[in-house]
Amino acid sequence: MRLGARVVAADGGRWRLADATGSLEARAACEGALPHAVAGAWVLVEGRRTTGGIVVERAQLLSRPSRDFPTPDSDWSWLHDGDGRRARWLLARAALLRAIRAFLDARGYVEVDTPLAVRCPGTEVHIEPPAVQGLAPASFLVPSPEYSMKRLLSAGLPRIYQLGHCFRAGERGALHEPEFTMLEWYRGFASLDDMMDETEALVAHVATALCGRPCIEGRDGPIDLRPPWARCTVASAFERHAGVAWDDVRDDEDRFWRLYVERVEPALGRDRPQWLTGWPASMASLARLDPDDPAVALRAEAYVAGIELCNAYDELRDPTEQRARLLRDLERRRSMGRTELPVDERFLSALADGLPPCAGNALGVDRLLLLLVGASRIADVVPFAAERL
Amino acid sequence: MYDTSDIRKNLKIQIDGVPFTVIEFQFVKPGKGQAFTRTKLRNMMTGAVIERTFKSGEKLQPADLEERHMQYLYPEGDSYVFMDQTTYEQLSLPAEQLGDGRYYLLDGTVVSVLFFSGKPIGVTPPTFVEMKVVQTEPGFKGDTATGTTKPAKMETGLEVQVPLFVNEGDVLKIDTRTGEYVERVGRR
Repeated sequence: MRLGARVVAADGGRWRLADATGSLEARAACEGALPHAVAGAWVLVEGRRTTGGIVVERAQLLSRPSRDFPTPDSDWSWLHDGDGRRARWLLARAALLRAIRAFLDARGYVEVDTPLAVRCPGTEVHIEPPAVQGLAPASFLVPSPEYSMKRLLSAGLPRIYQLGHCFRAGERGALHEPEFTMLEWYRGFASLDDMMDETEALVAHVATALCGRPCIEGRDGPIDLRPPWARCTVASAFERHAGVAWDDVRDDEDRFWRLYVERVEPALGRDRPQWLTGWPASMASLARLDPDDPAVALRAEAYVAGIELCNAYDELRDPTEQRARLLRDLERRRSMGRTELPVDERFLSALADGLPPCAGNALGVDRLLLLLVGASRIADVVPFAAERL
Repeated sequence: MYDTSDIRKNLKIQIDGVPFTVIEFQFVKPGKGQAFTRTKLRNMMTGAVIERTFKSGEKLQPADLEERHMQYLYPEGDSYVFMDQTTYEQLSLPAEQLGDGRYYLLDGTVVSVLFFSGKPIGVTPPTFVEMKVVQTEPGFKGDTATGTTKPAKMETGLEVQVPLFVNEGDVLKIDTRTGEYVERVGRR
């Protein structure tokens, strides 16, 4: 066999060779088959494979490091430190992206890659799209590809997905990166319930592809990812986990979010994934209001092990209502001193032409990977998070 | 004043007249909701740990602490004796007050001692110290681990993870904030 790898330790007649896929020991088949090499050298060896190693007949030294290898801050150390888990997780990442595409492709979805730099990003009050220069007429990076994807729905693509990067300024923490990977998909002629069912099937499918079974280890024991997931309304989640009457928090946004991050979210999805439904109309975002109860939005978020995984809507299609919501967002942004954003007239024009009835979902792929492999920080499952730029 | 974007490990703040050290913090933000920083804070007077969630942009008051540079002299039973470099006044601090800081004390090390209302409440060693390896396995391991580090015992009793090329007798630079190896500064 012939093998290119890095020498991570050298000791006379033996080398330990490694790359991200594993390591093995190389021994000389005869005197002089292994030239002098120091840790860090890249080599090409030819020889016989044995259990746990290779007996080398010929070796070629391809490079030598110009300093002690590895330094603690080197990318090699970052990837291989400890038990080499980051290397395994990066390989799992590739498998996850493949499994997601396979699932959606098989269901007739078309993959699209709409622009990441746009003129009109989403107007969400609590999301800050980063400004960019030099890409005119684009001047923001997308916090989500939602508007472009809805334009494609209106243009005649009723089943689409985008698997790519999104950007949100100022969001950095164990479960947040300013640049992250999002799966967003839209399905025409489908309801919110259809979308929730499909999400459950997708997650169970990719978990089986990565872990061999649709189950992960949570903090309080195993979490069964198989459908159907638990469903509960926002109101009952606040009453159960925060111990407050829903009527006391529903109109107090500051109190709502504080209780949500301190008490509600950490308690959700501990033994099986959980959908939170019945969001108040004031938090409808781009979801349609329930025609049977306009105080409630047709919006659902799924949680696993206290982590928000995705956010699904029965999509708002009424251009007048949509314009009013955008203007309301922009007004609130102005009063909070946030960046001024333009109204996306092309998006509104697509709604004026008409969207098919549809449901959509946006899922944090880095978070899904983190849950599946048992990591605790997104920075450990992406190649080069903000802290390593 | 600090705000929530200044929050990091070891930041010292004051709440209702009591000094606290940040021991853990996490940025939390619901997708479409307000951002917060969830913290665990250690009361620097009592050692008690509390949890506090700050809304993004909220202001925090810096702790009103006095910092004095003192030189480590010698151990005395379970305590360590330091000398103020300007007044030559001596001070004995118990091991528990030093915490892991005691693993960074070499002859003559200058530490910064924090005082709150005239009472010493904490000791910070220099950010980097250099010390000798007294024990570590030889670099090459025949097992199948892909790991690039191994444990080493330092002259002060500190254990650190070091690269495989480090030998007994080497002098290493250690980051006292993390207890981690930085670089090899001298060879045996």
